[in-house]
Amino acid sequence: MAALRPWQQLEPAGAVVRQESERVRTGGWRTGVKPQADLSRCVDCLLCWLYCPDSAIVLEDTTFAGFDLEVCKGCEICAEMCPVGAIEMVADD
Amino acid sequence: MTETVELLTGGEAVAHAMRQVDPDVVPIYPITPQTPIIQGFAKFVADGKAHGELVDVESEHSAMSAAIGSALAGARTMTATSSQGLALMAEVVYIAAAMRAPIVMAVGNRALSGPINIHCDHSDSMLIRDSGVVQLFVENAQEAYDMTVLAPRLAERRDVLLPVLVCQDGFTITHSAEPVELLSDEAVREFVGAYEVPHPLLDLAHPTTQGPFAMPDYYFELRRAQVAALEAALPAFEDVACELVGVTGRPLSSVEGYRLEDARTAVVALGSTAGTLKEGVDALRDDGLSVGLLRIVAFRPFPREAVRQALAGAETVVVLDRADSPGGSPPLFAELAAALFGNAVELRGHVYGLGGRDFHPDDLRELVLGDAPAYLGLRSEPCPA
Repeated sequence: MAALRPWQQLEPAGAVVRQESERVRTGGWRTGVKPQADLSRCVDCLLCWLYCPDSAIVLEDTTFAGFDLEVCKGCEICAEMCPVGAIEMVADD
Repeated sequence: MTETVELLTGGEAVAHAMRQVDPDVVPIYPITPQTPIIQGFAKFVADGKAHGELVDVESEHSAMSAAIGSALAGARTMTATSSQGLALMAEVVYIAAAMRAPIVMAVGNRALSGPINIHCDHSDSMLIRDSGVVQLFVENAQEAYDMTVLAPRLAERRDVLLPVLVCQDGFTITHSAEPVELLSDEAVREFVGAYEVPHPLLDLAHPTTQGPFAMPDYYFELRRAQVAALEAALPAFEDVACELVGVTGRPLSSVEGYRLEDARTAVVALGSTAGTLKEGVDALRDDGLSVGLLRIVAFRPFPREAVRQALAGAETVVVLDRADSPGGSPPLFAELAAALFGNAVELRGHVYGLGGRDFHPDDLRELVLGDAPAYLGLRSEPCPA
């Protein structure tokens, strides 16, 4: 936990600027399942990236490149949205 | 500097200032007596003389909400309202100040309902006096124009970043025509400059979270930072006003003294009434009475030190409020009482002009001689002795 800052050191309106924020590892909240992709089916439509509420879809340029399990909460939205059935939820060990 | 003179109402003068500032976005909802402002500006947009996006929203609550979004996105944003519109907007005005959105808003001051009324008093502006916005009260159409040119510069200063409200008396200024000197379009553009905010939301390379939830561990600090911004707006206003005076040659400052230097009685007021009072002061001076006027231009931030200095020599200070605080002290009176606390001065307060009731130059004589009732110009049965 960062030290609480005095009022003079805050951004206007308390804006949270990216480089200042800590990476929060919300993946620890995962529900018991995690997504797994079958790359042979993926068409790089990126709907999973668009719909993921936790920015857990990793891209390389505009190509699907996997999941960031440090932030994925296992909500299953990517698996639900995938139009070609390339994402499956599997047990999270 | 190239200037033209046109016969304009205060509303039209502000529309011209908006055309010349040429904001990127103007979310707006019409309401009397603000309507001529946006009607004039909309015509400029329709005629291709201004290039902003005019957004017809469904209420003033939406107008200010849209204004916050666009100002923080990185677009220079202006709007206008009056009375019930400002009341409906009030919730979002607080948020605009807290989110440090440098929005410029024209206010055509009008009495709050009820009873419903369309004429001038300051109850609408006073409703949001503690919202954290800058509130500047002008005396006439010329000053409404000048102040609207000044406002974006003040709002957008890095040490300020707050909404700036240019308040003009409904009808008395908004609908009354007078010769107004307009700067050239180039002069205004040069004075105003480019719009910049520290973290524009549309800067996709540097994403930010704005308007985050603040728990007890940060809410107090963020409120204090907002107070500091409004305090900084006072010297910032004097700086920017000084620069604009260099362009226009017309005086502009947070307070204006009129024949005040040696005055034993000083009258204090906001807005167009100051023009009437100047006539009254001249008449009383001709009769040998030692009277002067202090006009408060910046009501928020309140220029307490300038007021103390301006009134240092006065034996009697008469404060005129065009808004009441039922069961308490009227807003301008309360500020003067705080500013002059500890001074050996007789302080008198009067509420006048509610719902557009006229104030006459002759009323000043009664005020100065000490015969005026607390509610000036009110029909009343005789008070018990």
